[in-house]
Order: sequence, then C-alpha cells, then structure tokens
Amino acid sequence: MKIPRRWPGESRFHGWLYILPGLLIYLVFVFYPILETFRTSFFEWDGFSSNRVFVSFQNYIALVTDAQFLKALLNNLTFIIFYSIIPIVIGLFLASLLGRKPLPGLTFFRTGLFLPQILSMVVVGVTWRWIFNPTFGLLNVGLRALGLDALTRAWLGDFQVALPAVGAVGTWVQYGFCMVLFLAGMQRIPEDQYEAAELDGANEFRQLLHITLPSLRAELGVALITTVIAALRVFDLVYVTTRGGPGDSTLVTGFLVYRSAFQQNQLGYASAVATVMTLLIFVISLVILRFQARGEEGS
Amino acid sequence: MKRQAWRRLLPNYLILSLFLLLILVPIIGLVFSAFKTDTEVIKGPLALPSQLRIESFKEAWTTGRFNYFFRNSVVVTIVVVTISVFLSTLTGYAFGMLPVPGKRILYPLLLVGYMVPFEAVIIPLYHMMDNMHLTDTYWALILPQIGLSVSFGTLWMSSFFSAAPSELVDAAAIDGCNRWQILWRILWPLARPAVLTLVVLIFMWTWNEFLLALVMIQKETMRTLPVGLAFFQGRYSADIPLMAAGALIVAGPILLVYIVFQRYFIRGMLGGAVKG
Repeated sequence: MKIPRRWPGESRFHGWLYILPGLLIYLVFVFYPILETFRTSFFEWDGFSSNRVFVSFQNYIALVTDAQFLKALLNNLTFIIFYSIIPIVIGLFLASLLGRKPLPGLTFFRTGLFLPQILSMVVVGVTWRWIFNPTFGLLNVGLRALGLDALTRAWLGDFQVALPAVGAVGTWVQYGFCMVLFLAGMQRIPEDQYEAAELDGANEFRQLLHITLPSLRAELGVALITTVIAALRVFDLVYVTTRGGPGDSTLVTGFLVYRSAFQQNQLGYASAVATVMTLLIFVISLVILRFQARGEEGS
Repeated sequence: MKRQAWRRLLPNYLILSLFLLLILVPIIGLVFSAFKTDTEVIKGPLALPSQLRIESFKEAWTTGRFNYFFRNSVVVTIVVVTISVFLSTLTGYAFGMLPVPGKRILYPLLLVGYMVPFEAVIIPLYHMMDNMHLTDTYWALILPQIGLSVSFGTLWMSSFFSAAPSELVDAAAIDGCNRWQILWRILWPLARPAVLTLVVLIFMWTWNEFLLALVMIQKETMRTLPVGLAFFQGRYSADIPLMAAGALIVAGPILLVYIVFQRYFIRGMLGGAVKG
C-alpha cells in the first residue's frame, strides 16, 4: 500500500480538516453512546438520575441465570438456522445446479430474487401477518384448498410454531440474496476444472465439495456475515409480527433491550443485554472474517 | 441447434421460476389486497380485485396520516443521504489519499460504528436527545443516522480513493490544483459509480430505519413511514386492504429507486453491506 506524502508547505494536519466534520458527528452520536451503554451496564438505574446505583458485574452475573435472556439468546441462535443455514444451503444447491452454464435472462431473475432485501422489515412483517392470518390468510386458505385442514393453525399465536413461522420469513428474505451471490461466484469458476474432475470419475457431490465450495469461499464469507448478523439483530420483524409472543416464545435480544429499557425502565439490565449482543456480533464477525482471510492466503 | 440449447436450459428456468414465484407471490398478494373491498378479501387471497379501487390508499393517506409520515420520511432521508455522502467523500478522500496523523487509530475507530447494532447506542442516545429537548424533532433522527452512515461511507469511499489512479492526481497537482480542487474537479466525476452505490444504500437504510424513530418520536404527526405503519398495523390489523395500502405507500418509493438503480443496489449488497 502506498503511503500518501505531504506536499511542500502543507500542514501535517491538513488531512484532519477533511475528517473532522464526519468524525465529530460520529463520535458524539455513535461512539460516545456505545461507551455510555457499556458504562450503564454496571449500574442499576430506572432512568432518573438520582436513582443510579453502581452494582459492578451484578447485571452480567444475573444474565447467566436469567430465563428471559437465555430464551432470547436461544431464539437468536435458532434464527441463524433460518436466516443463514437454510438460505445458504438453498443458494448452494441452486448455484451448483444452474451456475455452470450461462443463463440468458438471469438479470430478470436477479431483480426479483433480490426484492425482499430492499423492503422495510415492517412491510415484510405486515405482508406475512396477512399470509399467516388464521381465517383469510394465504397459508391457511391454501391448506384448506388442498384438503389439509388438519394442518391449519394460528401460526403466529401458537407456542409451538410461532418461532419457526417468524424464522421462515427470515428464510424468505435471505435465500434470494444467497442465490444471486453464489450464482455470480459460479460464473468465475473455469469449466475445465469440472471436466477434469469428471474424467477422474468424481461424482456431483465430490465436485461440489472439492471445486465449488473452495472457489466460493469469498461469497460464503459474505453470505455468512450478512445473514448471521441479520439473525442476531432481528428486531423490526418481531416487533411487527409477534412482539416476542405468545409468552416469550419469539423473544429476541433486540426486542428484550427495547422492552426492558423503554417499557420497564430497567436501563442497567437493558444495557448489559445490549453489550452482550454487540460483543456477540463482533466476535462472530471476526471469526468469519478470519476464516475468509485464511482461505485467501491458502489459495 | 438453438432449439436444443433452449430445451436443455428449460429445467433450469423452471427451477429458478419456482423460487422466484415463492418470493413474488406474497408481494403480488399484497398488491391485490390493497385494491380489494373487505368482502373480496374473504373470497380468496390471490383472487384478482374486481376493480382498481383506490379508496384504501386515500384512507391510509388522510385518516391514517400517511401524508405526515411520508413528508417526515422524505425530509429525514434526503437530509441524511445528502450530508452523509458529502461527509463520507471527505473522510474517504482523506483516509484514501491524504497523510492523516493518527490514521491507525482513527480509521478502526470509525469502522466500529459499521458493525454495532442500533441497540448498542439507543439507550444513552435517547437520554442525550431528551436532555437537549430534541426528541420529537428531525434532529433526533438525522444526526445519529449521519453518524452511522459516515461510518460505512468512510469504508466505502476510502477503498475507492485508495484505488484511484495517482497519475491523474499528480498531473493535476503539477497544473496547480490544490487538494480540494483535485477532489471535486478530478476525482469526483470518476467516483460516480461508487457514490451512486453509496447513495442508494444509505437511502435504503434511512428510509427503512425503525428502532431509532420508534424510540425518539412520540408525537403521531412526526412519525416516519415504517413506524407509522407499525402503529397503524396495531390499530387496523383486521382491515387487510387498508394495511396493504399502507404497506405499499411505505414500499413504493424504495421500489421505484430499486427499479431504476438496481445495478448499484445489488453491487453494494453483494459487496457485503449488511442489512440491519
């Protein structure tokens, strides 16, 4: 990387003039609040300045046995299956099926497959509440039309199926993105690699394992980071579809932060949950980036 | 020969169409519902509406106060996008092309904001805005979103500037351009694709932002579209045509921008820009 040089007669700090306005807004409205959230997590506080009590690590220690928090965390991890694993598997399956031959008109499909990515999650939530509506929703009406009345239910109000139902919305949002990502990556792999493998007698599965997957490592990294972070950040969708219910069956950490901070005035507790959530996102992102970087060195 | 190739590709198109249909059916159903009457909704979720009835849109717009929400979203989005892109160009230029003392600390410091969820800042931010009497104003929505957008924008623009051809810059410097002129006269026209991608991404994030507006705004007429729609849904959830019309008002502008600029959307998001 080239190191930019100072011009003759130019101040050492000339570059700072360009950075200062953006940096200042960022520091005041983003970075300082991050630190302040961390600090608040060591207090018990109901929002009125006189009642702030330092409790050191108590909020964190309490989290370890807090059923609400553990439930929320478990739900976020379950969402990784729906937001990441299923879409990535669908995307890989389709890419390995379709990606080796050029497909005229792919741009048209790409436009449609990407659509859920650009919509507000509130719009997505409203759409799926209509689909899951017990009386005139698309899902139950469709099941009845097929004679499968036994399978119909109040999808978002049922303790057993509410979580997978909200998760399925995540799959709907993410799979097109993964497909487009992997299809784009497949175009790069030279066809003769597959021809050589076929001559050696490698079956489709071995080709996927030894040619497709290693070549798509960069795309896999992007897909994993994007979808896993989306699964850990879920808020809007849960707010609109279930508000964490029924009971706490679809509670996620993002919603727990909102509820305990702004509806129950437990700011210390909420800050501790927010801090854990942030650290989790950081650690997972770094692990995926690391895995991706190691692959690039190897190839 | 051509016919044969077409036949070979047919199964592939069928599979792609199936997965495309799974995405489009819910959206088409929503569009149909918006034009239906209450009784038509019960008849069948995917049945065509009998006529293009726009009463639901009118009702959402006036009684539902989507006229206010729309105005608020437009103001906030335009201000956030304009200022963020301008400031990100400056920071990206500095980090990509100028000597910056302390770069090794300042650059990672800025990138932290790109990775944190809004939950990590929202609690102190609310108290800060409350102390400054800025809740229920555009400032409470604009300032934090500029801060977050500049974080991603710096990453995006500095990677463009550090790859820009340095011969052009050197030649301009010999011609007597200063740093500021080099940025706006020489590099800015070259940066068009990178800037457009940044514009559509920040537009999308700001237009769709939910948690910040949910927390900062109490007054109904100050709500943005997504928050307005969420409250609307709480009140009228049984009225499917009205809900669908509201959802389409929220989705309309972003759909329009997507159709025109989809190349830039897809490029940016395949590059790993995270959806919140």
